[in-house]
Amino acid sequence: MTLQTTLRVSRFNPEEQRSYWQEYTLDVEPQYTVLDALIKIREYEDGSLGLRCSCRSSICGSCAIRINGHATLACKTKLRSLASGGRHVTVEPLGNLPIIKDLVVDMTSHWNKVMAVKPWLQPQGPEPEHEYIAPNETMLHLAGVMSCIMCGACVGDCTVLQVDPNFLGPAALAKAYRFVGDPRDAAGKERLKALNRYGGIWDCTRCYECVQACPKGVAPMERIMALRDKAIEVGFDNTYGARHTIAFGEILEHAGRLDELRLPIKTFGMFNFIQMLQLLPVGLRALMRGKMPPVFHKPIPKAENVRRIFKKMESKR
Amino acid sequence: MFDYDVLIIGAGLAGMRAALSAHQRGADVAVMSKVHPVRSHSNAAQGGVNAALTDRGDQWEEHAFDTVKGSDYLGDQDAIEVMCREAGQEIISLEHMGVIFNRDESGRLGTRAFGGQRQARTFFVADFTGQAMLHVLYEQIMKAGVHVYDEWFVTSLIIEDGECAGAVAMEIRSGKLHVIRAKAVIIAAGGLGRVYEPSTNALICTGDGISLAYRVGAPLMDMEMVQYHPTTLKGSGVLITEGARGEGAYLLNAKGERFMERYAPNMMELASRDVVSRSEQTELNEGRGIDGCVLLDCRHLGEKVIKERLLQIMEIAADFADIDIMKQPIPIRPGMHYQMGGIKTDVNGATPIPGLYAAGECACVSVHGGNRLGANSLLDTVIFGRRSGEAAAERAHQVSHRNVVDSYSLRDEETIKSLLSREGNGDSVAHIRLEMGKAMDQHLGVFRNSEGMETALNQIEQLKERYRKVPVQDKGKVFNTDLIFALELGFMLDCAEAIVVSALERKESRGAQSRLDYPKRDDANWLKHTLLTKTDGGHKIGYLPVVFTQWPPTERKY
Ligand SMILES: Cc1cc2nc3c(=O)[nH]c(=O)nc-3n(C[C@H](O)[C@H](O)[C@H](O)COP(=O)(O)OP(=O)(O)OC[C@H]3O[C@@H](n4cnc5c(N)ncnc54)[C@H](O)[C@@H]3O)c2cc1C
Ligand code: SF4
Ligand code: SF4
Ligand code: FES
Repeated sequence: MTLQTTLRVSRFNPEEQRSYWQEYTLDVEPQYTVLDALIKIREYEDGSLGLRCSCRSSICGSCAIRINGHATLACKTKLRSLASGGRHVTVEPLGNLPIIKDLVVDMTSHWNKVMAVKPWLQPQGPEPEHEYIAPNETMLHLAGVMSCIMCGACVGDCTVLQVDPNFLGPAALAKAYRFVGDPRDAAGKERLKALNRYGGIWDCTRCYECVQACPKGVAPMERIMALRDKAIEVGFDNTYGARHTIAFGEILEHAGRLDELRLPIKTFGMFNFIQMLQLLPVGLRALMRGKMPPVFHKPIPKAENVRRIFKKMESKR
Repeated sequence: MFDYDVLIIGAGLAGMRAALSAHQRGADVAVMSKVHPVRSHSNAAQGGVNAALTDRGDQWEEHAFDTVKGSDYLGDQDAIEVMCREAGQEIISLEHMGVIFNRDESGRLGTRAFGGQRQARTFFVADFTGQAMLHVLYEQIMKAGVHVYDEWFVTSLIIEDGECAGAVAMEIRSGKLHVIRAKAVIIAAGGLGRVYEPSTNALICTGDGISLAYRVGAPLMDMEMVQYHPTTLKGSGVLITEGARGEGAYLLNAKGERFMERYAPNMMELASRDVVSRSEQTELNEGRGIDGCVLLDCRHLGEKVIKERLLQIMEIAADFADIDIMKQPIPIRPGMHYQMGGIKTDVNGATPIPGLYAAGECACVSVHGGNRLGANSLLDTVIFGRRSGEAAAERAHQVSHRNVVDSYSLRDEETIKSLLSREGNGDSVAHIRLEMGKAMDQHLGVFRNSEGMETALNQIEQLKERYRKVPVQDKGKVFNTDLIFALELGFMLDCAEAIVVSALERKESRGAQSRLDYPKRDDANWLKHTLLTKTDGGHKIGYLPVVFTQWPPTERKY
């Protein structure tokens, strides 16, 4: 039994510098993925459709795109799970990365950021004759992070990268965690020091998008939070980032919601004009994209409940 | 034009391992790959990598014997000895580089059982061993600062005075052709799965490297030896790792019988792949299948084992077949998986053409002979990848660059121009590939006979004819995958022909080649390799004796 689907595909012709939407209607088998459909289009209907794909089994990381507005792997997404009530399935390239052609994006910045975290094991001292001895649980936990296929889905949906391209981003930070958490690695402290800077672990807003987008269960945001804990543990808490976290908590406790405008003031101090000026471009970009937080922040109606949660957490410590 | 000491075509495990060792030997190295290195097909290896570690009570000789027996005595025993002797040290080096590997209670590397072997000697990282190794090797070449050209597609090799002097490649993003001059070239371009339909291989496994070498006169060895994996998923043909059977999963027929009892009473589900695939196909041919499939049953393994060790299988079965492996058996059948044959090399990766080396799935050393053991391919890629890198660097220190000029790219430019200029004639690259793939699966699968293979050969000839006129729809320069597929199809047709011709030549049944018209292994006449070389008018077939060191051929029983 076949079913009919319509794919609305965002296209970009680099030779003519022209963007447009194109619709393809085709008959598909019930178990078809979005990738199966795109391949069918490319093979039998429109050979000019640009996309990357290879393994068809969620392991090579080539086919990350946006489907109905969310980043995911085309080869992992069943059409059946999307096409309800005859609505079109929209297919776009990943966000936060320049488009080369149709669904193919330029991932250079992604690879460079991965490179920036020095993603290779840095053991200390002479190598043992045999393998390093390490607990299986620790290694299994790391394997969970190592299962990242570098597809960039998380990067495509990260809300911070939309406003600040200097942010290392979820994939590179998850990769960094993989080394900080590795008992064989001896460079943990330097790694954390580097991640403690602007663009590093403190710039994530915990929006959760990367956790939702990740097809391999890497949960980058949780890795970033673990890196923060480790950074504070080794004493990197007297930074803007760590103060930001503390301020974040204070504001939340007071108002029950985040006041993005008060946050930098609390973090940097009211009269640290230089730092505040550095934030101006971020603010302007946010403004341009309609992401500027409201200037007058009212506490949410039941703010006292949030305060109660904080109290409870404090008492449990 | 670019100049390098060593140019490596392919950034899978073999290519990156070669890059690392050539770099460590002081060579200026470039790696070129049609996809980003971490997208390479080595990713797909789920099960693991074999090695006999002495301190674990295993002996490399045991591993070597299992490999020899698995190869149906067609593997060269000198090469097998090299691979198995060096395996232990290689695993330890990989661990030192950062590969995570599952461990035992004492925190040392743990193993699992794999088919065709009497010892559990397969080291693994959950069920994504290939990916874990591939990403770590990429980390290492980043650290070493090796030049990586990703999304560059090699279109031909340059031969000057009978020696390999570089390659021509297209930068996919701009569509521009470039000449790369090198003192040594290593082909590590992987397998040719797409020559068959279906196959467990990725879309990029199109035999480019095998064809590139064949076109410049390098001989191909044992091309008839194509492995069918016993457990590929119904429908999509996605692979279910042998690790599942290694962990204890059963194979059942429609009547619920563990049919391997009849074919391999000792090793059961863990007999060699050719044996298990033939058994399944026999069950199917004799009417004991369900919808063309037999069943792989994991239910009795329990949640803990499944979640800890077979997670990816659980996901694949759910994603691609709507099966919950904790509750239902998985419908599977034999499917094309691996090419044992390939570019003939010695144990240092050298081909008979000076300056040209090969390693990994595209090469034939030969360690797999008529049938590869599970988890021996990853080992092959790293051992012979490393050795070829060392040999290529050695050569680069001794010779100087040949006289190569930019105009070497003109011929490929013409080919591409001609492909792009063709008007639509109703035919397409996809149609030709599909017909080729189906013909190969039908006539050069688990069981073969001369009639079927002759039919396939005729079909390939006709498809080659159609290929000469096939149009490319996309006329653009930037990221033109349509053009790439057309070029790949040219490579695949070469490979298909090489497989059929070699299979027709070998008039016996051995390893993966099971001929109904010659059902017996014939040691008197066929303990030799087939060797296919391109000539001006066509091709010629030759033979090479198999190298024996310590294991004389005996009957193979599991
Ligand atoms: C599903 C599956 C599971 C497997 N499981 C196991 C296992 O558990 N254990 C095991 O030992 N083996 C396993 N194998 C086999 C093993 O994975 C492969 O044989 C091995 O990884 C091949 O590695 P390679 O380096 O030779 O090639 P690949 O990893 O395929 O790399 C080939 C490289 O060549 C490049 N390339 C190709 N053509 C061109 C061109 N024209 N121009 C530029 N670059 C090019 C590609 O981009 C790629 O980088 C499995 C195979 C499959 C399909
Ligand atoms: S949680 Fe942090 S890293 Fe993840 S998408 Fe949101 S801002 Fe980006
Ligand atoms: S963390 Fe997940 S989404 Fe991000 S690159 Fe890795 S696999 Fe892809
Ligand atoms: S095609 Fe490889 S991840 Fe989708």
